[in-house]
Amino acid sequence: MNAFSRILANVQLRRQSTSLVVGVLFVVTLYASVCNLLLSPDSMFYVSTYTITLMGKYLCYALLALSVDVVWGYCGVLSLGHGAFFALGGYGMGMYLMRQIGDRGVYGNPELPDFMVFLNWDTLPWYWFGMDQFWFAMLMAMLVPGLLAFTFGWLAFRSRVTGVYLSIMTQALTFALMLAFFRNEMGFGGNNGLTDFKDLLGFDLQSDNTRVTLFVLTATFLALAFLVSRFIMDSRFGRVILAIRDSEARARFVGYRTESYKVWLFVYSAVLAAIAGAMYVPQVGIINPGEFSPINSIEMVVWVAVGGRGTLYGAIVGALLVNYAKTRFTAIMPDGWLFALGALFVWVTIFLPQGLVGYFEKLLAKFKNSNGGGGAASPAGAKEASS
Amino acid sequence: MRQISAILAVIIALAISCTAWAADEVPAAIDAPIDAAVYEKLVLLTEASFREKVGIVEEMADSSGQQAVLALQILLNSQLYHDEEGNQEFYQLVQDSAGKDQLYNLKTGRLAPDLSLKQLDKVRTNNRLRKAIKQSIAKIRLFKGSEPERLAALQSMLGDMDADNAKLVTTAMSTEASESIQELMQVAMAIYRAGAGAEEEKFAAIKTLQGRLEPEVRAALTGLVESSKGNKVLHAAALKALQTTEEKVEFYGFVEKLFFGLSLGSVLLLAAIGLAITFGVMGVINMAHGEMIMLGAYTTYVIQLLMPNHIGYSIVVAIPAAFVVSGLVGIAIQQGIIRFLEGRPLETLLATFGLSLILQQAVRSIFSPLNRQVSSPEWMSGALEINPVLALTFNRLYILAFSLLVFAVLMYVFKKTNLGLNVRAVSQNRDMARAMGVKTQRVDALTFGLGSGVAGVAGVALSQLTNVGPNLGQSYIIDSFMVVVFGGVGNLLGTLVGSFSLGIANKFLEPLTGAVLAKILVLVFIILFIQKRPKGLFPQKGRAAE
Repeated sequence: MNAFSRILANVQLRRQSTSLVVGVLFVVTLYASVCNLLLSPDSMFYVSTYTITLMGKYLCYALLALSVDVVWGYCGVLSLGHGAFFALGGYGMGMYLMRQIGDRGVYGNPELPDFMVFLNWDTLPWYWFGMDQFWFAMLMAMLVPGLLAFTFGWLAFRSRVTGVYLSIMTQALTFALMLAFFRNEMGFGGNNGLTDFKDLLGFDLQSDNTRVTLFVLTATFLALAFLVSRFIMDSRFGRVILAIRDSEARARFVGYRTESYKVWLFVYSAVLAAIAGAMYVPQVGIINPGEFSPINSIEMVVWVAVGGRGTLYGAIVGALLVNYAKTRFTAIMPDGWLFALGALFVWVTIFLPQGLVGYFEKLLAKFKNSNGGGGAASPAGAKEASS
Repeated sequence: MRQISAILAVIIALAISCTAWAADEVPAAIDAPIDAAVYEKLVLLTEASFREKVGIVEEMADSSGQQAVLALQILLNSQLYHDEEGNQEFYQLVQDSAGKDQLYNLKTGRLAPDLSLKQLDKVRTNNRLRKAIKQSIAKIRLFKGSEPERLAALQSMLGDMDADNAKLVTTAMSTEASESIQELMQVAMAIYRAGAGAEEEKFAAIKTLQGRLEPEVRAALTGLVESSKGNKVLHAAALKALQTTEEKVEFYGFVEKLFFGLSLGSVLLLAAIGLAITFGVMGVINMAHGEMIMLGAYTTYVIQLLMPNHIGYSIVVAIPAAFVVSGLVGIAIQQGIIRFLEGRPLETLLATFGLSLILQQAVRSIFSPLNRQVSSPEWMSGALEINPVLALTFNRLYILAFSLLVFAVLMYVFKKTNLGLNVRAVSQNRDMARAMGVKTQRVDALTFGLGSGVAGVAGVALSQLTNVGPNLGQSYIIDSFMVVVFGGVGNLLGTLVGSFSLGIANKFLEPLTGAVLAKILVLVFIILFIQKRPKGLFPQKGRAAE
């Protein structure tokens, strides 16, 4: 089988999977929203607002997983610090929501959030200015993580910090940010973070309509991010990224400035994570420094690993599955979850290096082959994603 | 490197040469009967008014010697009780380790188990009496005590050198044989004269006080600077003396910070040295390394539970036990997981991270999520007082020495033993080593076991400094990686230098920025440093570097 037909088969598979993901996402979102808004709570098909919010949360995680997959699955850059970008995006949204509370807080101060009054501050710190404007807050929620990713990536990739070193550096980054955000003097609410939000753009955060809208928006962002990522990966840029993953030195010798490719991909991924964070906060109603903790970032990686990296839709599947399992598991036996999560890490890395998606693709390919279909081949997937 | 060892040598030498102990004021339960003459005085106390009590206490100081000190201390700490019936029985009230009240009969020196507090009356004291008691104890000790007792008594008097005390010291001076005590007596007199003497006496006092580090001396000098504003010459002299003293205090403050830095460095070294073996030499990322430390700490805890009466020995037993426990778990991890992920570092990272979650949760299920207290043996508690402003705690000193010992042993293993030779061969060129007949699988397992075992030993040391809890290891894992990466992978010496320089940097930043910000700054520094020198402080050279 020649390389060309293999690539063709891959493209075909990718197209199928793309339309499948977007289609399923569209149908589920539409169904859940309609069932929540139009049916009475007594109906058999009614979807509760709790479920809607839970699904919205999962979709945020899926978007986050997608952002991890973009750099890890396609470029071999294992970031253990994506939680930092997610949390920064979340804090951006949280700051806006905090300003929206206005004088409805416990202390009734129209300018200052409650925790600042509590700390005896009398003016707003400079970095809080403008955060009461939605457009500005959202810009910052994406710009700040993007800039952080750019600076970090520029420094790291330029001096060719790769592999495990880079992973540990990213972990240190999020760890340092966590320590910083725990400090009250930082002006982000310290230990308690930002919470008690009332409304977003004038819409009450507790109402069903807002919840459903947020859920639909998250689904839309996920679908968009998926399509854009697919487009990027199919473009020339994406090809170079794949080449870098498989052999960075060779790509460099061919004449590509690999570091700038990596930096831009890293920034793109960080912005995706930040969007996920910004969508996450109004739905769960709180953001605190715990989101920066290294274990959170590592959990994201395991979603991608379970689903199958380097496929985009694998990341989404993994995030949804693992988080659904987590919700069920922590309800039944709270102590067991860490055992299960730990075992999942070990099991997936040893027995399912391509993740669930890779495993099923392999099964599918086998099935096709045994049926005499010569055209299909085993998908390239992410064979040597690690290096 | 050489400078660090020189500083270490100085500190250890200081530690051995000076041993002054802080005076322990609250007396423990008595174990022998009280002297009969003292006992008679106690009987008098029960009937006397406060004014008479002062007289009795002063008399005790003159007539009885050492015997009276214990009784006076018991009285001073409100531990003295007598029975209501007038049998002239006296008891000491002591709380045992569980916080339960226990009464000891002063006549027999034995525990009186059946007695309850309700049957007894407290021998009451007031402020004036307490002052008299303190003075009497000081007097007895100053004239009749052993040398360290005399010194301690004198030190406790420095704070209030009034005319009475000055008289006491002057009399004691004529009989005092010890030179160091004579010197301190001069200081005490100078403190007195700096406050109450004539002008030329004040000048002489300044000369004596200059450069002394006792806080009382500094207080006296500060007082003199304030009070001598009218007299320019005296003011200038006092100010100069104070400045000299402050400079010295600052210097010792620097030494103390250095010591804390070294202490933190030794903790980092212990935590990171195992990682330097598994990550640095073998190239295996073990995110469960912190949990190996945690297992070592819990092993210490379990061994203390097993031998509650020999806390002092338990720690010595715990060191090899922790090595074996963590080492065996390490070998199991290597054989069960890491072996299958050879050459895939990122997957190894994920799998071992999963493992660390399992281990943490296992410990949480077995020992509860709460922190466990591991008690320190007696020889590790207390502090070494080099001078009044510099005290080094023994546990930190021991851990510092211990970390260097562990380091030396590992260096020896790597440079001089067959195992070390094999490990270096495998890490430099696995295939060639195998071709030469080195059993690489076996070497891998042993090396990993060694690295994990050393982490367990680190856990024993850490259990003496912090609480033992399921998150113990997690809090050190990032620091450990930073140290290894900073020092240079594959280089034990780099780990040594890396951990001590990071520890010292951290402690010197702390007063300027606060603890958390200091930590963040160090992390940021390392992140930037790695950009500049991706291979660490001491990069490997030659073919092995590829």
